[in-house]
Amino acid sequence: MITKPLISARDLRVTFELPSGGMPWTPPRLLQAVGGVDFDLMPGETLGIVGESGSGKSTLARALIGLVPATGQAQWQDGTNLIGLSPRKMLKYRSEIQMVFQDPLASLNPRMTVGQIIAEPLTTHHKGLSRDEVKRRVKDMMDRVGLLPNQINRYPHEFSGGQCQRIGIARALIVQPKLVICDEPVSALDVSIQAQVINLLAELQRDLGLALIFIAHDLSVVKHISDRVLVMYLGRVMELAQAESLYADPRHPYTQALLSAVPIPDPQLERQKRMIPLKGELPSPMNPPSGCVFRTRCPRAQELCARERPVLEGGAHLCACHFPGKLMAEELAKSA
Amino acid sequence: MSLLQIRDLNVRFATTDGEVSAVNGINLDVARGETLGIVGESGSGKSQLAFSIMGLLARNGRATGSVRFDGAEILNAPAPLLNKIRAERIAMVFQDPMTSLNPYMRVSDQMAEVLMLHKGMGKAQAVAESARMLDAVKIPDAKGRIRLYPHEFSGGMRQRVMIAMALLCRPDLLIADEPTTALDVTVQAQIMELMADLQREFGMAMILITHDLGVVAGSCERVMVMYGGRIMERAPVDPIFADPAHPYTQGLLAAIPRVDQKGDQLSAIPGSPPNMTHPPAGCPFAPRCAYVMPVCGQTMPPLDAFAPGRERACYASLDVVRKGHAPQPDLPEPAAADLDEMQESAHDH
Repeated sequence: MITKPLISARDLRVTFELPSGGMPWTPPRLLQAVGGVDFDLMPGETLGIVGESGSGKSTLARALIGLVPATGQAQWQDGTNLIGLSPRKMLKYRSEIQMVFQDPLASLNPRMTVGQIIAEPLTTHHKGLSRDEVKRRVKDMMDRVGLLPNQINRYPHEFSGGQCQRIGIARALIVQPKLVICDEPVSALDVSIQAQVINLLAELQRDLGLALIFIAHDLSVVKHISDRVLVMYLGRVMELAQAESLYADPRHPYTQALLSAVPIPDPQLERQKRMIPLKGELPSPMNPPSGCVFRTRCPRAQELCARERPVLEGGAHLCACHFPGKLMAEELAKSA
Repeated sequence: MSLLQIRDLNVRFATTDGEVSAVNGINLDVARGETLGIVGESGSGKSQLAFSIMGLLARNGRATGSVRFDGAEILNAPAPLLNKIRAERIAMVFQDPMTSLNPYMRVSDQMAEVLMLHKGMGKAQAVAESARMLDAVKIPDAKGRIRLYPHEFSGGMRQRVMIAMALLCRPDLLIADEPTTALDVTVQAQIMELMADLQREFGMAMILITHDLGVVAGSCERVMVMYGGRIMERAPVDPIFADPAHPYTQGLLAAIPRVDQKGDQLSAIPGSPPNMTHPPAGCPFAPRCAYVMPVCGQTMPPLDAFAPGRERACYASLDVVRKGHAPQPDLPEPAAADLDEMQESAHDH
């Protein structure tokens, strides 16, 4: 039997209206944060989303749970399109999809105890539970994420950043979701603590069969935790492939440039490494380039790239580029 | 003689929760033209070390010891002397370029101000020189864009403006505190390359403060690893990555996922950093260390040289620590197993 995707996104778009700044009758300016994204996420799979700031990776994730208005399709396993659901209908899916946020302390209410924070989703989604049962489940979950159950009456400020992130994870998992969206869950943490949280997430995912969407700007972290990786640039998918395949054989020039910029903690390798420089800066999302959005900075861009938008294609290793493949030294020299 | 000579530097903060010891007994020499990386996690004291050198400690902070710059004592020096040295001889680049630039002033005005104050230039000359410096940090159309306000630049461009401003007086020492932490990797790579070029060109020394070992590997000659306000290990960049001699350095290296390698489980360092209001009596890393011995909790191990240019502060013998270290993740790693066990037992109690 073929497993159905847990969530299946088709032509997902998020467009923000900005004040025109002109006269009242001038139409609002439109900012397309996510422009037509397609992907499938299988149950139990980890999909990493990477991209630089402004690439739309967080907006994409927020669109899936209805935190920002979107158009297009995000079909849940049961056939429901999550996009545009009324808040009442969405409530059911909110317990299936949970989120872990970037800033561990800011995402916890400072006036609530850890016990109340972790219990809140449970009492929202499962109203019939007795107080003892809620408390039992909260304590179990605290133990599960590496918090001491006797800390249940403490407040967030009494915990370190890593522990706060564990609280955030416990809050997300208490309703037994099928999908957890982690938006930069470790980027605010120190290296030694980051490893603890990554290991915890990986372990919980294995044990509970969760699907994860893991958003991060750190390509090493994403490689470590993901089954598949989606590379975004200016609201569009540039490449989508198995993590191993993507990191060993990046086909899109943008992915190659991104990977070449990651510093390697090995002085000898770092000295030998060849950087692929990107020309200029990220274009304004208000006025994205025609054709391929990356063409203005691509060392390989040609006339076709300005005319036609490349489609995401290539079987298991998807890439949206008219001229995919490894950038050669001469090309780089020519463009520089 | 070295350009910067720090002896027994201590930084304490008086807080409502008691005294916080941010920096404890640091000795450090920086030679002319050298690049030193200071690596540490939040709370390791790396930024406070830099602030105390520059006389920029918060009001409740107090620094003791000695900081000599080019032979002259500058620690707790009077403001007029410090103002002469800051910007002219020692310049600093901060982490967040948005909050470090004045949002109400045009870039031309904030940059020219530095030159008018320190070099006695006229406005027109100062602006022209500032534009030349913006050009040196590769800001396109520098002459035109110097009239803009900071918010009109992107994050990466703002950091270039900060660097240009720091270099205006051609300082002998540049202290860069997490200069690329707020930036994307591609921009980070550009900025680090730019800083290396400028350093060569101007022949200045640089102290690069960062939590990112990858950035250090690419740009520093010497590395100092700090934890709990103390130096754990100091060595040239190659050996510290190839053969880390301190358990903390080892732990840090094992904890980072790498884009160029495949690994299943990251070896996390169990526990969390010490509370510096009540610093541990001995080695601050002892509560999280896999090689901990009773003596570690009593007195801080001295920072001893064990090879040319290499120092470590650890009671565990070098052989024992080295044996625990396996640079290739596919080799069996006894230390990792121990760490996991410790972590689990920590959760049980």
